[in-house]
Amino acid sequence: MRDRVAKGPLIPYLLWIVFFVIAPIALIIYYSMLDLQGNFTLENYKRFFSPVYLKMAFTSFFYAILITFFTLLISYPTAYFLTKTKHKHLWLMFIIIPSWINLLLKTYAFIGIFGLYGPINAFISVFGIEPKQILFTDFSFLFVSVYIFIPFMIMPIFNSIDKLNPSLVDAARDLGASPFTTFRRVIWPLTIEGVKSGIQVTFIPALSLFMITRLIAGNQVITLGTAIEQQFLVAQNWGMGSTIAVFLVLIMFASMIFTAKRTKGGRV
Amino acid sequence: MKKLSMPAKIYLIIVFVILYAPIFYLIYYSFNSGGSMHDFESFTLEHYRAVFEDSRLLVILINTVIIALLSGLISTIIGTLGAIGIFSIKRRNIRNILLSLNNILIVSPDVVIGASFLILFTMIGVKLGFASVLISHIAFSIPIVVLMVLPKLLEMNPNLIDAAQDLGATRRDVLYRVIIPYIKPGIFAGFFMALTYSLDDFAVTFFVTGNGFSTLSVEIYSIARVGISLTINALSGIIFVVTVLIVIGYYFVTRRTKFANGGIGRL
Repeated sequence: MRDRVAKGPLIPYLLWIVFFVIAPIALIIYYSMLDLQGNFTLENYKRFFSPVYLKMAFTSFFYAILITFFTLLISYPTAYFLTKTKHKHLWLMFIIIPSWINLLLKTYAFIGIFGLYGPINAFISVFGIEPKQILFTDFSFLFVSVYIFIPFMIMPIFNSIDKLNPSLVDAARDLGASPFTTFRRVIWPLTIEGVKSGIQVTFIPALSLFMITRLIAGNQVITLGTAIEQQFLVAQNWGMGSTIAVFLVLIMFASMIFTAKRTKGGRV
Repeated sequence: MKKLSMPAKIYLIIVFVILYAPIFYLIYYSFNSGGSMHDFESFTLEHYRAVFEDSRLLVILINTVIIALLSGLISTIIGTLGAIGIFSIKRRNIRNILLSLNNILIVSPDVVIGASFLILFTMIGVKLGFASVLISHIAFSIPIVVLMVLPKLLEMNPNLIDAAQDLGATRRDVLYRVIIPYIKPGIFAGFFMALTYSLDDFAVTFFVTGNGFSTLSVEIYSIARVGISLTINALSGIIFVVTVLIVIGYYFVTRRTKFANGGIGRL
Protein backbone atom coordinates (compact mmCIF):
# COMPACT_ATOMS: atom_id res chain seq x y z
CA MET A 1 0.00 0.00 0.00
CA ARG A 2 1.59 3.21 -1.13
CA ASP A 3 -0.26 5.61 1.15
CA ARG A 4 1.62 4.23 4.13
CA VAL A 5 4.72 6.07 2.94
CA ALA A 6 4.90 9.46 4.63
CA LYS A 7 3.91 12.56 2.64
CA GLY A 8 6.11 14.87 4.70
CA PRO A 9 9.08 14.59 2.26
CA LEU A 10 7.00 16.36 -0.34
CA ILE A 11 6.99 19.73 1.46
CA PRO A 12 10.41 21.12 0.38
CA TYR A 13 9.77 19.84 -3.11
CA LEU A 14 6.38 21.58 -3.30
CA LEU A 15 7.96 24.80 -2.04
CA TRP A 16 10.51 24.49 -4.83
CA ILE A 17 7.72 24.09 -7.41
CA VAL A 18 5.93 27.19 -6.11
CA PHE A 19 9.01 29.42 -5.92
CA PHE A 20 11.13 28.25 -8.84
CA VAL A 21 8.67 26.89 -11.37
CA ILE A 22 5.37 28.73 -10.99
CA ALA A 23 6.58 32.08 -9.62
CA PRO A 24 9.23 32.68 -12.33
CA ILE A 25 6.76 32.04 -15.15
CA ALA A 26 4.19 34.28 -13.46
CA LEU A 27 6.83 37.01 -13.01
CA ILE A 28 7.87 36.81 -16.67
CA ILE A 29 4.25 37.23 -17.76
CA TYR A 30 3.76 40.09 -15.29
CA TYR A 31 6.91 41.94 -16.38
CA SER A 32 6.03 41.51 -20.05
CA MET A 33 3.14 43.89 -19.41
CA LEU A 34 5.23 46.64 -17.83
CA ASP A 35 7.00 49.51 -19.55
CA LEU A 36 10.33 51.04 -18.51
CA GLN A 37 8.66 53.17 -15.81
CA GLY A 38 6.79 50.17 -14.41
CA ASN A 39 3.38 51.20 -15.75
CA PHE A 40 0.94 48.63 -17.02
CA THR A 41 0.95 48.49 -20.83
CA LEU A 42 0.60 46.18 -23.81
CA GLU A 43 3.13 48.24 -25.76
CA ASN A 44 5.76 45.45 -25.58
CA TYR A 45 3.49 43.01 -27.35
CA LYS A 46 2.72 45.59 -30.01
CA ARG A 47 6.46 46.05 -30.50
CA PHE A 48 7.00 42.32 -30.72
CA PHE A 49 4.58 42.15 -33.63
CA SER A 50 6.40 44.91 -35.49
CA PRO A 51 8.37 43.85 -38.59
CA VAL A 52 11.77 44.19 -36.86
CA TYR A 53 10.99 41.70 -34.12
CA LEU A 54 8.96 39.37 -36.31
CA LYS A 55 11.83 39.17 -38.75
CA MET A 56 14.23 38.37 -35.92
CA ALA A 57 11.90 35.69 -34.54
CA PHE A 58 11.56 34.22 -38.01
CA THR A 59 15.35 34.10 -38.63
CA SER A 60 15.90 32.59 -35.21
CA PHE A 61 13.34 29.92 -36.02
CA PHE A 62 14.93 29.29 -39.38
CA TYR A 63 18.39 28.82 -37.88
CA ALA A 64 17.04 26.55 -35.15
CA ILE A 65 15.36 24.35 -37.76
CA LEU A 66 18.57 24.20 -39.83
CA ILE A 67 20.65 23.34 -36.76
CA THR A 68 18.21 20.62 -35.67
CA PHE A 69 18.05 19.19 -39.19
CA PHE A 70 21.82 18.93 -39.67
CA THR A 71 22.33 17.60 -36.15
CA LEU A 72 19.76 14.85 -36.82
CA LEU A 73 21.26 14.13 -40.23
CA ILE A 74 24.68 13.47 -38.70
CA SER A 75 23.54 11.87 -35.45
CA TYR A 76 21.09 9.24 -36.68
CA PRO A 77 23.61 7.24 -38.77
CA THR A 78 26.21 7.68 -36.03
CA ALA A 79 23.84 6.27 -33.40
CA TYR A 80 22.81 3.47 -35.75
CA PHE A 81 26.38 2.39 -36.54
CA LEU A 82 27.33 2.70 -32.87
CA THR A 83 24.71 0.13 -31.86
CA LYS A 84 26.37 -2.26 -34.31
CA THR A 85 29.87 -1.95 -32.84
CA LYS A 86 31.30 -4.57 -30.55
CA HIS A 87 31.73 -2.53 -27.36
CA LYS A 88 28.83 -0.18 -28.04
CA HIS A 89 28.51 1.26 -24.53
CA LEU A 90 32.20 2.05 -24.41
CA TRP A 91 32.00 3.82 -27.77
CA LEU A 92 28.90 5.70 -26.66
CA MET A 93 30.85 6.86 -23.64
CA PHE A 94 33.52 8.26 -25.95
CA ILE A 95 30.80 10.17 -27.80
CA ILE A 96 29.51 11.57 -24.52
CA ILE A 97 32.88 12.70 -23.13
CA PRO A 98 33.09 15.82 -25.37
CA SER A 99 29.65 16.85 -24.16
CA TRP A 100 31.09 17.06 -20.65
CA ILE A 101 33.80 19.48 -21.62
CA ASN A 102 32.56 22.92 -20.75
CA LEU A 103 30.47 24.41 -23.56
CA LEU A 104 32.40 27.66 -23.42
CA LEU A 105 35.74 25.92 -23.89
CA LYS A 106 34.54 24.18 -27.05
CA THR A 107 33.16 27.41 -28.42
CA TYR A 108 36.41 29.14 -27.55
CA ALA A 109 38.35 26.49 -29.52
CA PHE A 110 36.45 27.46 -32.65
CA ILE A 111 37.54 31.08 -32.31
CA GLY A 112 41.05 29.77 -33.00
CA ILE A 113 40.06 27.14 -35.57
CA PHE A 114 37.99 29.45 -37.73
CA GLY A 115 40.26 32.46 -37.24
CA LEU A 116 42.09 34.19 -40.04
CA TYR A 117 45.32 32.31 -39.23
CA GLY A 118 43.60 29.17 -38.03
CA PRO A 119 44.02 25.62 -39.38
CA ILE A 120 41.00 25.80 -41.70
CA ASN A 121 42.40 28.80 -43.51
CA ALA A 122 45.87 27.25 -43.54
CA PHE A 123 44.32 24.15 -45.11
CA ILE A 124 42.42 25.92 -47.88
CA SER A 125 45.39 28.14 -48.70
CA VAL A 126 47.23 24.94 -49.74
CA PHE A 127 44.79 24.83 -52.66
CA GLY A 128 45.57 28.42 -53.50
CA ILE A 129 42.45 29.91 -51.98
CA GLU A 130 42.91 33.22 -50.23
CA PRO A 131 42.44 33.03 -46.45
CA LYS A 132 39.18 34.66 -45.44
CA GLN A 133 37.34 35.37 -42.23
CA ILE A 134 35.18 32.32 -41.47
CA LEU A 135 34.46 33.56 -37.99
CA PHE A 136 31.49 35.91 -37.72
CA THR A 137 29.55 34.27 -40.54
CA ASP A 138 26.33 32.29 -40.35
CA PHE A 139 28.23 29.22 -41.55
CA SER A 140 30.46 29.26 -38.48
CA PHE A 141 27.40 29.74 -36.26
CA LEU A 142 25.65 26.72 -37.81
CA PHE A 143 28.76 24.57 -37.66
CA VAL A 144 29.55 25.26 -34.01
CA SER A 145 25.92 24.82 -32.94
CA VAL A 146 25.62 21.48 -34.74
CA TYR A 147 28.94 20.41 -33.23
CA ILE A 148 27.69 21.25 -29.74
CA PHE A 149 24.38 19.39 -30.11
CA ILE A 150 25.55 16.16 -31.79
CA PRO A 151 26.27 14.18 -28.57
CA PHE A 152 22.94 15.25 -27.05
CA MET A 153 21.08 14.07 -30.14
CA ILE A 154 22.99 10.79 -30.38
CA MET A 155 22.18 9.65 -26.82
CA PRO A 156 18.36 9.31 -27.05
CA ILE A 157 18.53 7.93 -30.61
CA PHE A 158 21.16 5.38 -29.56
CA ASN A 159 18.93 4.24 -26.71
CA SER A 160 15.87 3.80 -28.91
CA ILE A 161 17.80 1.92 -31.63
CA ASP A 162 19.44 -0.20 -28.97
CA LYS A 163 16.01 -1.23 -27.65
CA LEU A 164 14.81 -2.18 -31.13
CA ASN A 165 14.37 -5.93 -31.44
CA PRO A 166 16.76 -7.02 -34.25
CA SER A 167 14.51 -9.94 -35.20
CA LEU A 168 11.95 -7.38 -36.47
CA VAL A 169 14.55 -6.13 -38.95
CA ASP A 170 15.42 -9.71 -39.93
CA ALA A 171 11.74 -10.52 -40.36
CA ALA A 172 11.24 -7.54 -42.66
CA ARG A 173 14.26 -8.57 -44.72
CA ASP A 174 13.10 -12.19 -44.92
CA LEU A 175 9.70 -11.03 -46.12
CA GLY A 176 11.43 -9.33 -49.03
CA ALA A 177 11.66 -5.69 -47.93
CA SER A 178 14.54 -3.72 -49.41
CA PRO A 179 16.97 -2.11 -46.94
CA PHE A 180 15.35 1.25 -47.60
CA THR A 181 11.82 -0.08 -47.04
CA THR A 182 12.97 -1.84 -43.88
CA PHE A 183 14.35 1.45 -42.62
CA ARG A 184 11.29 3.48 -43.60
CA ARG A 185 8.62 1.05 -42.41
CA VAL A 186 10.30 -0.71 -39.47
CA ILE A 187 13.40 0.97 -38.03
CA TRP A 188 12.39 4.63 -38.33
CA PRO A 189 8.83 4.28 -36.87
CA LEU A 190 10.14 2.20 -33.97
CA THR A 191 12.86 4.69 -33.10
CA ILE A 192 10.85 7.85 -33.61
CA GLU A 193 10.56 8.45 -29.84
CA GLY A 194 14.34 8.77 -29.58
CA VAL A 195 14.39 11.15 -32.53
CA LYS A 196 11.68 13.25 -30.89
CA SER A 197 13.56 13.61 -27.62
CA GLY A 198 16.69 14.39 -29.61
CA ILE A 199 14.84 17.15 -31.44
CA GLN A 200 13.52 18.48 -28.17
CA VAL A 201 16.97 18.77 -26.59
CA THR A 202 18.27 20.51 -29.72
CA PHE A 203 15.55 22.78 -31.04
CA ILE A 204 14.69 24.83 -27.93
CA PRO A 205 18.33 25.49 -26.94
CA ALA A 206 19.09 26.33 -30.58
CA LEU A 207 16.47 29.09 -30.40
CA SER A 208 17.87 30.51 -27.23
CA LEU A 209 21.66 30.14 -27.39
CA PHE A 210 23.31 33.46 -26.98
CA MET A 211 26.93 32.78 -26.17
CA ILE A 212 27.62 31.06 -29.49
CA THR A 213 26.02 33.89 -31.42
CA ARG A 214 28.03 36.46 -29.48
CA LEU A 215 31.38 34.68 -29.68
CA ILE A 216 31.21 32.98 -33.07
CA ALA A 217 28.71 34.87 -35.15
CA GLY A 218 29.54 38.38 -34.02
CA ASN A 219 26.44 40.39 -34.71
CA GLN A 220 25.61 38.46 -37.88
CA VAL A 221 23.02 36.28 -36.23
CA ILE A 222 20.52 37.40 -33.60
CA THR A 223 18.46 34.66 -32.00
CA LEU A 224 15.58 35.02 -29.57
CA GLY A 225 18.05 34.19 -26.80
CA THR A 226 20.45 36.93 -27.85
CA ALA A 227 17.58 39.40 -27.92
CA ILE A 228 16.49 38.46 -24.38
CA GLU A 229 20.04 38.81 -23.07
CA GLN A 230 20.38 42.15 -24.87
CA GLN A 231 17.14 43.50 -23.37
CA PHE A 232 17.84 42.27 -19.85
CA LEU A 233 21.54 42.93 -19.39
CA VAL A 234 22.42 45.64 -21.89
CA ALA A 235 19.31 47.72 -22.57
CA GLN A 236 17.95 47.08 -19.05
CA ASN A 237 14.46 46.85 -20.57
CA TRP A 238 13.13 43.93 -18.57
CA GLY A 239 9.61 44.41 -19.92
CA MET A 240 10.58 43.85 -23.54
CA GLY A 241 12.94 41.03 -22.58
CA SER A 242 10.12 39.32 -20.70
CA THR A 243 7.81 39.67 -23.70
CA ILE A 244 10.30 37.83 -25.91
CA ALA A 245 10.73 35.26 -23.12
CA VAL A 246 6.95 34.71 -23.02
CA PHE A 247 7.05 33.77 -26.70
CA LEU A 248 9.97 31.46 -26.11
CA VAL A 249 7.99 29.76 -23.32
CA LEU A 250 4.99 29.40 -25.65
CA ILE A 251 7.19 27.80 -28.33
CA MET A 252 8.60 25.54 -25.65
CA PHE A 253 5.11 24.34 -24.64
CA ALA A 254 4.24 23.80 -28.29
CA SER A 255 7.34 21.66 -28.78
CA MET A 256 6.58 19.71 -25.59
CA ILE A 257 3.15 18.84 -26.99
CA PHE A 258 4.64 18.02 -30.39
CA THR A 259 7.26 15.68 -28.96
CA ALA A 260 4.99 14.20 -26.28
CA LYS A 261 4.65 10.44 -26.33
CA ARG A 262 1.56 9.34 -28.23
CA THR A 263 -0.79 7.16 -26.24
CA LYS A 264 -0.69 3.51 -27.09
CA GLY A 265 -3.20 2.12 -29.54
CA GLY A 266 -3.04 5.16 -31.79
CA ARG A 267 -1.65 5.25 -35.29
CA VAL A 268 1.99 4.29 -35.33
CA MET B 1 24.83 -9.80 -35.99
CA LYS B 2 26.31 -8.23 -39.07
CA LYS B 3 29.69 -6.61 -38.98
CA LEU B 4 30.11 -2.94 -39.71
CA SER B 5 30.77 -2.19 -43.34
CA MET B 6 33.81 -0.16 -44.37
CA PRO B 7 31.91 3.07 -45.18
CA ALA B 8 30.15 2.85 -41.80
CA LYS B 9 33.48 2.57 -40.03
CA ILE B 10 34.89 5.54 -41.95
CA TYR B 11 31.78 7.54 -41.11
CA LEU B 12 32.16 6.80 -37.40
CA ILE B 13 35.85 7.67 -37.52
CA ILE B 14 35.09 11.02 -39.14
CA VAL B 15 32.47 11.83 -36.49
CA PHE B 16 34.90 10.94 -33.72
CA VAL B 17 37.66 13.03 -35.27
CA ILE B 18 35.36 16.06 -35.61
CA LEU B 19 34.11 15.68 -32.04
CA TYR B 20 37.58 15.51 -30.55
CA ALA B 21 39.54 17.78 -32.90
CA PRO B 22 38.60 21.09 -31.24
CA ILE B 23 39.44 19.74 -27.79
CA PHE B 24 42.84 18.43 -28.84
CA TYR B 25 43.44 21.61 -30.80
CA LEU B 26 42.98 23.58 -27.58
CA ILE B 27 45.26 21.29 -25.62
CA TYR B 28 47.94 21.23 -28.34
CA TYR B 29 48.31 25.01 -28.29
CA SER B 30 48.34 25.08 -24.50
CA PHE B 31 51.98 23.96 -24.89
CA ASN B 32 52.79 26.74 -27.35
CA SER B 33 55.28 29.34 -26.19
CA GLY B 34 54.17 31.65 -29.00
CA GLY B 35 51.09 32.97 -27.24
CA SER B 36 48.53 32.39 -29.98
CA MET B 37 46.45 29.51 -31.33
CA HIS B 38 48.42 29.34 -34.59
CA ASP B 39 52.14 29.00 -35.43
CA PHE B 40 53.41 26.59 -32.82
CA GLU B 41 56.79 27.93 -31.72
CA SER B 42 58.20 25.69 -29.03
CA PHE B 43 57.08 23.47 -26.20
CA THR B 44 56.46 25.13 -22.87
CA LEU B 45 54.57 24.54 -19.64
CA GLU B 46 54.43 28.22 -18.76
CA HIS B 47 50.68 28.44 -19.38
CA TYR B 48 50.07 25.62 -16.92
CA ARG B 49 52.22 27.42 -14.40
CA ALA B 50 50.21 30.56 -15.10
CA VAL B 51 46.99 28.76 -14.18
CA PHE B 52 48.35 27.84 -10.78
CA GLU B 53 49.88 31.25 -10.19
CA ASP B 54 46.76 33.19 -11.12
CA SER B 55 45.09 33.46 -7.72
CA ARG B 56 41.97 35.07 -9.18
CA LEU B 57 41.48 32.14 -11.55
CA LEU B 58 42.09 29.66 -8.74
CA VAL B 59 39.45 31.36 -6.58
CA ILE B 60 36.99 31.13 -9.48
CA LEU B 61 37.87 27.46 -9.93
CA ILE B 62 37.27 26.76 -6.23
CA ASN B 63 33.99 28.73 -6.33
CA THR B 64 32.82 26.65 -9.29
CA VAL B 65 33.59 23.39 -7.51
CA ILE B 66 31.99 24.53 -4.23
CA ILE B 67 28.83 25.65 -6.04
CA ALA B 68 28.68 22.34 -7.91
CA LEU B 69 29.15 20.18 -4.81
CA LEU B 70 26.78 22.17 -2.58
CA SER B 71 24.05 22.51 -5.20
CA GLY B 72 24.47 18.83 -6.11
CA LEU B 73 24.11 17.76 -2.48
CA ILE B 74 21.12 19.98 -1.61
CA SER B 75 19.26 19.31 -4.87
CA THR B 76 19.82 15.57 -4.42
CA ILE B 77 18.24 15.70 -0.94
CA ILE B 78 15.23 17.79 -2.02
CA GLY B 79 14.84 15.89 -5.27
CA THR B 80 15.01 12.45 -3.65
CA LEU B 81 12.45 13.46 -1.01
CA GLY B 82 10.30 14.91 -3.78
CA ALA B 83 10.49 11.69 -5.78
CA ILE B 84 9.49 9.66 -2.70
CA GLY B 85 6.64 12.13 -2.12
CA ILE B 86 5.42 11.88 -5.72
CA PHE B 87 5.66 8.10 -5.48
CA SER B 88 3.48 8.10 -2.37
CA ILE B 89 0.69 10.05 -4.07
CA LYS B 90 -2.02 7.65 -5.17
CA ARG B 91 -4.15 9.97 -7.30
CA ARG B 92 -2.88 9.62 -10.82
CA ASN B 93 -3.83 13.07 -12.10
CA ILE B 94 -2.14 14.91 -9.21
CA ARG B 95 0.97 12.85 -9.84
CA ASN B 96 0.92 13.75 -13.53
CA ILE B 97 0.48 17.46 -12.77
CA LEU B 98 3.49 17.38 -10.44
CA LEU B 99 5.55 15.56 -13.06
CA SER B 100 4.66 18.09 -15.77
CA LEU B 101 5.60 20.95 -13.43
CA ASN B 102 8.81 19.08 -12.66
CA ASN B 103 9.73 18.88 -16.33
CA ILE B 104 9.18 22.57 -17.08
CA LEU B 105 12.62 23.61 -15.82
CA ILE B 106 14.29 20.79 -17.75
CA VAL B 107 12.96 21.89 -21.11
CA SER B 108 12.99 25.63 -20.39
CA PRO B 109 15.61 27.56 -22.32
CA ASP B 110 18.49 28.67 -20.09
CA VAL B 111 18.00 32.34 -20.94
CA VAL B 112 14.40 32.23 -19.77
CA ILE B 113 15.38 30.50 -16.51
CA GLY B 114 18.17 33.03 -16.00
CA ALA B 115 15.99 36.05 -16.78
CA SER B 116 13.08 34.90 -14.62
CA PHE B 117 15.35 34.05 -11.68
CA LEU B 118 16.97 37.48 -12.03
CA ILE B 119 13.53 39.07 -11.67
CA LEU B 120 12.70 36.77 -8.74
CA PHE B 121 15.91 37.53 -6.82
CA THR B 122 15.60 41.26 -7.40
CA MET B 123 12.00 41.20 -6.17
CA ILE B 124 12.60 39.25 -2.96
CA GLY B 125 15.88 41.06 -2.36
CA VAL B 126 18.49 38.31 -2.64
CA LYS B 127 21.84 39.94 -3.25
CA LEU B 128 23.33 38.82 -6.58
CA GLY B 129 26.45 36.77 -6.01
CA PHE B 130 27.28 33.47 -4.33
CA ALA B 131 23.81 33.00 -2.78
CA SER B 132 21.83 33.72 -5.94
CA VAL B 133 24.06 31.47 -8.06
CA LEU B 134 23.87 28.63 -5.52
CA ILE B 135 20.07 28.88 -5.21
CA SER B 136 19.66 28.91 -8.99
CA HIS B 137 21.86 25.87 -9.43
CA ILE B 138 19.91 23.99 -6.75
CA ALA B 139 16.66 25.02 -8.43
CA PHE B 140 17.54 23.80 -11.92
CA SER B 141 19.13 20.56 -10.67
CA ILE B 142 16.17 19.33 -8.58
CA PRO B 143 14.00 18.13 -11.51
CA ILE B 144 16.78 15.99 -13.01
CA VAL B 145 17.34 14.31 -9.63
CA VAL B 146 13.61 13.51 -9.46
CA LEU B 147 13.75 12.01 -12.95
CA MET B 148 16.70 9.82 -11.99
CA VAL B 149 15.23 8.59 -8.69
CA LEU B 150 11.56 8.07 -9.62
CA PRO B 151 12.08 5.13 -12.04
CA LYS B 152 14.00 3.28 -9.30
CA LEU B 153 11.05 3.76 -6.92
CA LEU B 154 8.56 2.60 -9.55
CA GLU B 155 10.48 -0.57 -10.28
CA MET B 156 10.67 -1.44 -6.59
CA ASN B 157 8.45 -4.33 -5.58
CA PRO B 158 5.73 -2.87 -3.27
CA ASN B 159 5.69 -6.14 -1.35
CA LEU B 160 9.06 -5.13 0.09
CA ILE B 161 7.44 -2.24 1.96
CA ASP B 162 4.52 -4.42 3.07
CA ALA B 163 6.86 -7.13 4.26
CA ALA B 164 8.95 -4.64 6.25
CA GLN B 165 5.84 -3.22 7.89
CA ASP B 166 4.43 -6.66 8.67
CA LEU B 167 7.70 -7.44 10.34
CA GLY B 168 7.20 -4.43 12.59
CA ALA B 169 9.26 -1.70 10.87
CA THR B 170 8.23 1.90 11.56
CA ARG B 171 7.81 4.42 8.73
CA ARG B 172 11.27 5.70 9.50
CA ASP B 173 12.73 2.21 9.27
CA VAL B 174 10.94 1.63 5.99
CA LEU B 175 12.37 4.83 4.55
CA TYR B 176 15.96 4.40 5.75
CA ARG B 177 16.35 0.64 5.64
CA VAL B 178 14.19 -0.40 2.70
CA ILE B 179 13.48 2.46 0.29
CA ILE B 180 16.74 4.44 0.39
CA PRO B 181 19.07 1.42 0.02
CA TYR B 182 16.99 0.22 -2.90
CA ILE B 183 17.01 3.53 -4.79
CA LYS B 184 20.66 4.33 -4.02
CA PRO B 185 21.89 3.92 -7.63
CA GLY B 186 19.23 6.42 -8.74
CA ILE B 187 20.28 8.87 -6.04
CA PHE B 188 23.92 8.63 -7.09
CA ALA B 189 23.03 9.09 -10.75
CA GLY B 190 20.93 12.13 -9.78
CA PHE B 191 23.78 13.66 -7.78
CA PHE B 192 26.17 13.07 -10.66
CA MET B 193 23.81 14.69 -13.17
CA ALA B 194 23.29 17.65 -10.82
CA LEU B 195 27.07 18.08 -10.64
CA THR B 196 27.46 18.12 -14.41
CA TYR B 197 24.49 20.49 -14.82
CA SER B 198 26.08 22.88 -12.38
CA LEU B 199 29.61 22.67 -13.82
CA ASP B 200 28.35 23.12 -17.36
CA ASP B 201 25.93 25.94 -16.77
CA PHE B 202 26.71 29.27 -18.30
CA ALA B 203 23.52 31.14 -19.23
CA VAL B 204 21.67 30.99 -15.90
CA THR B 205 24.79 31.90 -13.92
CA PHE B 206 25.55 34.72 -16.34
CA PHE B 207 22.18 36.31 -15.53
CA VAL B 208 22.14 35.92 -11.75
CA THR B 209 25.80 36.55 -10.93
CA GLY B 210 26.70 39.96 -9.65
CA ASN B 211 29.87 41.91 -10.25
CA GLY B 212 32.07 40.33 -7.61
CA PHE B 213 31.30 36.68 -8.17
CA SER B 214 32.16 34.50 -11.15
CA THR B 215 32.20 30.86 -12.13
CA LEU B 216 34.48 29.23 -14.67
CA SER B 217 32.02 29.39 -17.57
CA VAL B 218 31.32 33.08 -17.03
CA GLU B 219 35.05 33.79 -16.71
CA ILE B 220 35.89 31.93 -19.94
CA TYR B 221 33.14 33.87 -21.70
CA SER B 222 34.49 37.22 -20.61
CA ILE B 223 38.06 36.26 -21.58
CA ALA B 224 36.95 34.85 -24.94
CA ARG B 225 35.06 38.06 -25.73
CA VAL B 226 38.31 39.97 -25.51
CA GLY B 227 40.46 37.49 -27.42
CA ILE B 228 42.68 34.49 -26.98
CA SER B 229 44.57 33.64 -23.82
CA LEU B 230 46.57 30.43 -23.68
CA THR B 231 45.95 30.20 -19.95
CA ILE B 232 42.43 29.13 -20.92
CA ASN B 233 43.95 26.45 -23.17
CA ALA B 234 46.01 25.12 -20.30
CA LEU B 235 42.90 25.14 -18.14
CA SER B 236 40.98 23.15 -20.73
CA GLY B 237 43.81 20.61 -20.81
CA ILE B 238 43.47 20.13 -17.06
CA ILE B 239 39.67 19.97 -17.25
CA PHE B 240 39.81 17.41 -20.06
CA VAL B 241 42.06 15.04 -18.11
CA VAL B 242 39.91 15.38 -14.97
CA THR B 243 36.70 14.81 -16.96
CA VAL B 244 38.04 11.70 -18.66
CA LEU B 245 39.12 10.27 -15.30
CA ILE B 246 35.70 10.97 -13.75
CA VAL B 247 33.85 9.51 -16.73
CA ILE B 248 35.93 6.33 -16.72
CA GLY B 249 35.43 6.00 -12.97
CA TYR B 250 31.68 6.52 -13.35
CA TYR B 251 31.56 3.99 -16.19
CA PHE B 252 33.14 1.28 -14.07
CA VAL B 253 31.02 2.10 -11.00
CA THR B 254 27.76 1.89 -12.97
CA ARG B 255 28.95 -1.25 -14.74
CA ARG B 256 29.57 -2.85 -11.37
CA THR B 257 26.15 -1.91 -9.95
CA LYS B 258 24.47 -3.17 -13.13
CA PHE B 259 26.33 -6.41 -12.75
CA ALA B 260 25.39 -6.64 -9.07
CA ASN B 261 21.70 -6.01 -9.87
CA GLY B 262 21.83 -8.63 -12.57
CA GLY B 263 23.27 -11.05 -10.03
CA ILE B 264 20.41 -10.43 -7.62
CA GLY B 265 17.92 -10.84 -10.44
CA ARG B 266 19.21 -14.27 -11.29
CA LEU B 267 18.87 -15.64 -7.76
